[in-house]
Amino acid sequence: METALAFLIGIVAAASVYLMLSGNLIRFIFGLVLATNAVNLLIFVSGRLTPTRPPLIPENAEAPLGPVANALPQALILTAIVIGFALLSFVFILFYRTYQALGTVDTESMRVAESEEHEPGAGEEGDENAEGTSPREGAE
Amino acid sequence: MSQVLVLPVVLPFAVAAAALWYRDRPLEQNRIGMAGSLAHLAVCTVLFVRVARDGIQTVQVGGWEAPFGITLAADHLSAVMVMVTAVLGLAVSIYSRSDIDPVLLRSGYHPLLHILLGGVCGAFLTGDLFNLYVWFEVMLLASFGLLVVGREKRQFDGGVKYVMINLFATLLFITGVGLLYGMTGTLNLADLHLAVQHVDNRALLGAVAAVFMTAFGIKAGLFPLFFWLPASYHTPPAAVSAILAGLLTKVGVYALIRLFSLVFIFDVAYTHGLLLIAAVATMFTGVLGAAGYYEFRRILSVHIVSQVGYMVLGLALFTPLALAGAVFFLLHNMIVKSNLFLISGISARISGTFELKRLGGLYHSHRFVALLFFVSAFSLAGFPPLSGFWAKLILIRAGLEAGAYIAAAAAVIVGLLTTYSMTKIWGQAFWKPSPGADSGDSMGEGGQPDMWMLLPVSGLACLTLVIGLVPGPFLEVAERAAHELSHPDIYVQAVLGGK
Repeated sequence: METALAFLIGIVAAASVYLMLSGNLIRFIFGLVLATNAVNLLIFVSGRLTPTRPPLIPENAEAPLGPVANALPQALILTAIVIGFALLSFVFILFYRTYQALGTVDTESMRVAESEEHEPGAGEEGDENAEGTSPREGAE
Repeated sequence: MSQVLVLPVVLPFAVAAAALWYRDRPLEQNRIGMAGSLAHLAVCTVLFVRVARDGIQTVQVGGWEAPFGITLAADHLSAVMVMVTAVLGLAVSIYSRSDIDPVLLRSGYHPLLHILLGGVCGAFLTGDLFNLYVWFEVMLLASFGLLVVGREKRQFDGGVKYVMINLFATLLFITGVGLLYGMTGTLNLADLHLAVQHVDNRALLGAVAAVFMTAFGIKAGLFPLFFWLPASYHTPPAAVSAILAGLLTKVGVYALIRLFSLVFIFDVAYTHGLLLIAAVATMFTGVLGAAGYYEFRRILSVHIVSQVGYMVLGLALFTPLALAGAVFFLLHNMIVKSNLFLISGISARISGTFELKRLGGLYHSHRFVALLFFVSAFSLAGFPPLSGFWAKLILIRAGLEAGAYIAAAAAVIVGLLTTYSMTKIWGQAFWKPSPGADSGDSMGEGGQPDMWMLLPVSGLACLTLVIGLVPGPFLEVAERAAHELSHPDIYVQAVLGGK
């Protein structure tokens, strides 16, 4: 079971790296979702799989009797899922606003922040344009 | 007793909540931000004094014994870092009063700033690997917000790159956490120190060490993983640049120092040898990269990379003297680097631009600002008797004593090249006549720096001078931190008790 899951994690991770490197913001988001899940699975497997033995303490006992499944990785994954969800929603909004502001989802053509070294002042014009729009956006 | 450790983390969140309440009233939000930072500094000072007097402080949150519960631990390194964080937090809070306009305040500037401070302090104080991950996330999310809070095109562009690479680094980090847990069955750092010694599969452990090195290397801006840094740090307002530059990469360096002095010390020749190569390459690429830029903050950003190299060099040499040098360098660099970004904001306020070609004449029009820049910039370059001189001196000496002559030579050469960049800014922005004066334009589109800008910058410059002129006490703290780092047993004993 662990071996099968290890292969699955590898495939998902490879797919996520492919998507993240494709230079497109939308694909990056899908890559990110896959990568998060691959990592969560990895943590799950690293706690060892112990099927059909829930970590429950019987009545009148202080500790579980015999070996039980490791509950800690699941707690870690839950935390990671919650954090991952928060990050994902932020990334969605950020990429959407970036698309609105720059008009592209292609990372290769995003050169606003690094354009000014050839022509001083080019970045400044970008600034002024952006400042012109920011009060309107601020009022939203 | 336990509040001393908890408050530096909890207080900024309380301040953030209060500032959020006054979101629509910029003046009140500023006041809360400043008062909160002042209180934070007081709390962190108490922690620092306690650590300096009584040694390592620990708290087991919720009363669960280590290694099962959540541990907060402050040794000298953590205490110093938390203390500097609070100092920078206060300086930037005051500076923001003038630099951050009300639109940004309404978007939640101060709440984000204080969440960032809380997250950074949490990362410095936690004694648990998974909690370190959580604090990294808190800190990252706040920094994401701060980076794009102005909603300018440039910020979105820089922000996207910053977010992408940092998310990837975080995923690598949590991967490492999972693998390490799978091998050792624990996440408590002190317990990991013991558990790692019983792992038989050294090759896999080495691979996991490399995963952590890559993850924190991205965060710290280590060669060859630093490209996101100069692509994003020059886009937000100067106050935001200053706090990001002062804190974020340093948390990555801190995490590297913590893990590679406490957990991954089973094969120092391999791990720290790798770090040494990365450190020297980082120093050179950073300082050479800066030569091609003519924008005030981009030069400073690329220099962050170069100076991270020095800090990691101290870790890589891994002698007590080198570690002391790394801690001293962190202390000096966080203050000086933030201050230089704040000064770039002042010069932009005066002339309306960060472009060196369009800046000029500041020495004639604003002598005091020029003096502040002079102190900070030449401290960064390592001129005696300023703080950077001592930091580099210790590292170079440690390099020579450890027999790493190439690394020591690199530290000297990179120091000289840093002088080139700093004199470039000095010559272009301060020394040369104002370009506007030739064409008859009136000097200055923005206006004059006010008290809120000059006060924190002067304070930080004074601190740099004090560290430079009276390095003794600071050096002693750095040496004590290094002593704890090179004797992990002290930390383990403090966290786990008599076991």
